[in-house]
Amino acid sequence: MPMLPPVSKRHTGWRLFLMTVFGRSYPRVIGAQRETSWVFFDTLLPMLSVAAYVFVYRAIKAPEDYVGFVVVGGAMMAFWMNVLWSMSSQLYWEKETGNLALYIISPGSMMAILLGMAVGGLFATTLRALGIIVLGSLLFSVHFVVASFWQLILVFLLTMVALYGLGMMTASLYLLLSREAWHFSNLAQEPIFLVSGFYFPIKNFPAWVPVIGSIIPLTLGMDAMRQLSFASGPSLGWVSVKIEIIVLTGLAVAFLIAARYLLSYMEKLAVREGRLTESRG
Amino acid sequence: MENTTPVMQKNWRSFRMAAWLGWKIESNWTDPFLFAIYSIVKPLAAAMILVVMYGVISRNQFDSPVFAYLFIGNAFYQYVSNVMVGVSWAIVDDREHYRTLKYLYVSPISIPFYLLGRGVARVLITTFSVVVILAVGVAFLHIPFNPAVINWPLFISSLLIGILMLAMLGLLLAGFTLRMAQYSFNIGDSVAGALYLFSGAIFPISVLPAFLRPLGYIMPISYWLELIRRALVGGVAADFPMFPGFSNLQLLMILIGMTIIFGFISVWGWKKFDWQARERGLIDQTNNY
Repeated sequence: MPMLPPVSKRHTGWRLFLMTVFGRSYPRVIGAQRETSWVFFDTLLPMLSVAAYVFVYRAIKAPEDYVGFVVVGGAMMAFWMNVLWSMSSQLYWEKETGNLALYIISPGSMMAILLGMAVGGLFATTLRALGIIVLGSLLFSVHFVVASFWQLILVFLLTMVALYGLGMMTASLYLLLSREAWHFSNLAQEPIFLVSGFYFPIKNFPAWVPVIGSIIPLTLGMDAMRQLSFASGPSLGWVSVKIEIIVLTGLAVAFLIAARYLLSYMEKLAVREGRLTESRG
Repeated sequence: MENTTPVMQKNWRSFRMAAWLGWKIESNWTDPFLFAIYSIVKPLAAAMILVVMYGVISRNQFDSPVFAYLFIGNAFYQYVSNVMVGVSWAIVDDREHYRTLKYLYVSPISIPFYLLGRGVARVLITTFSVVVILAVGVAFLHIPFNPAVINWPLFISSLLIGILMLAMLGLLLAGFTLRMAQYSFNIGDSVAGALYLFSGAIFPISVLPAFLRPLGYIMPISYWLELIRRALVGGVAADFPMFPGFSNLQLLMILIGMTIIFGFISVWGWKKFDWQARERGLIDQTNNY
């Protein structure tokens, strides 16, 4: 049986951190290229749900910009589903399949492993979201009026950093969960689609709903992106784009720092309580 | 020793035990109170998305027949996504998660009846959530629901035939899931999403582009949802009809006919996919995906 060559040079510090990030993101980036059936399952099929909501708006004779809101919401939904099922619950799946213990005993940091998952997931999901945007725009003749391209890019990037920071943070909480993890993730779909305004402007809610919903970065991110991408966007926005950029920056920093400390704490707690290798089915 | 258990007895035992097992799997991960909240919050949030969408555009004119149409259609569509997907999800659960499917195959049970039994828990949970959604609609959203004018015989017969039809479609989907390796976990949701679009659940089929409408007309779910609307809120269905050329009895006959046809297709499809899965060694194939 062929043996791997002995490690001739030990990598530590930032180099090891970056190698771990690369190593964990690799299967997600390359997997998307090798298993191309995602084009059908993750782009074309979600389009059916998007189309259903588009036709609801058409049936009740909504202004055409609302069709664009649904398409953008459908694309951003791909990121939420990725964070929910492939970031937050990922350490639970890794525990179920026995990989988690291997992560813990490897010299790489858990923070780097989570960052690798985030980078890989973000890449693969961006492709899916772009597919939904392009397909939805073509099928339903969505008319974008971009007010500021650079602000739009900035809002998107800040939203993604904050969102995946949230995913890294909640991943540590899932370390302590067992069978209920699946149900919690399942529950965090429709209620989040509702309070984050995936299919309509959040301005229509009483103010306390978007305030609570803003804990999910997509709430402010989508509101800002709609304001920057559609003619009627600014009049339907909740607060100004500048305020949303400031809050998103705060959320991104807060979630990443919280992820760092929470992961460390939860890992110690899980070790102490012997939950890293348990599998209660 | 030759197995002398009568076939019907074996099928009933498989169904009954699977129903009990399904209920335990669905419910015993938490305490009953949290489970009840969980069972309500998700479908209620899905309904509220449509309520807000409609309210934003119509400026909260909830007494319109259009709103009653989409609200009731969406509420009863919960059966489609839960019962049909629930039956097929048992394959994913038992093969991928619990890794017990191969043991089930070598035990003296009927696999199709076992799968149908696994859907029973979903029927019960869905019924509970549909009742809650309708109650919210009546109490807060002006859904014109009057028990005295409900066509109860039509409602009960349509509901039962519809659940049977959905369970049989679930069996077909379970066969397809069994045959798939990658992505088997989201086939159910994908099919439910497609049916949501084409079945006239939340908007009339006539809103679809003309070339897509035939897809809605060949699906039994479209007729089932229309019968449910006519039985529960006949006035709304008359103001906003989906099949104006058909009487209630004609629609019921169409639903029964389609249930029988899809039942045969499902049994045939299950046998075919089951055979292919055995032949290709897919019964115990896991991918950790």
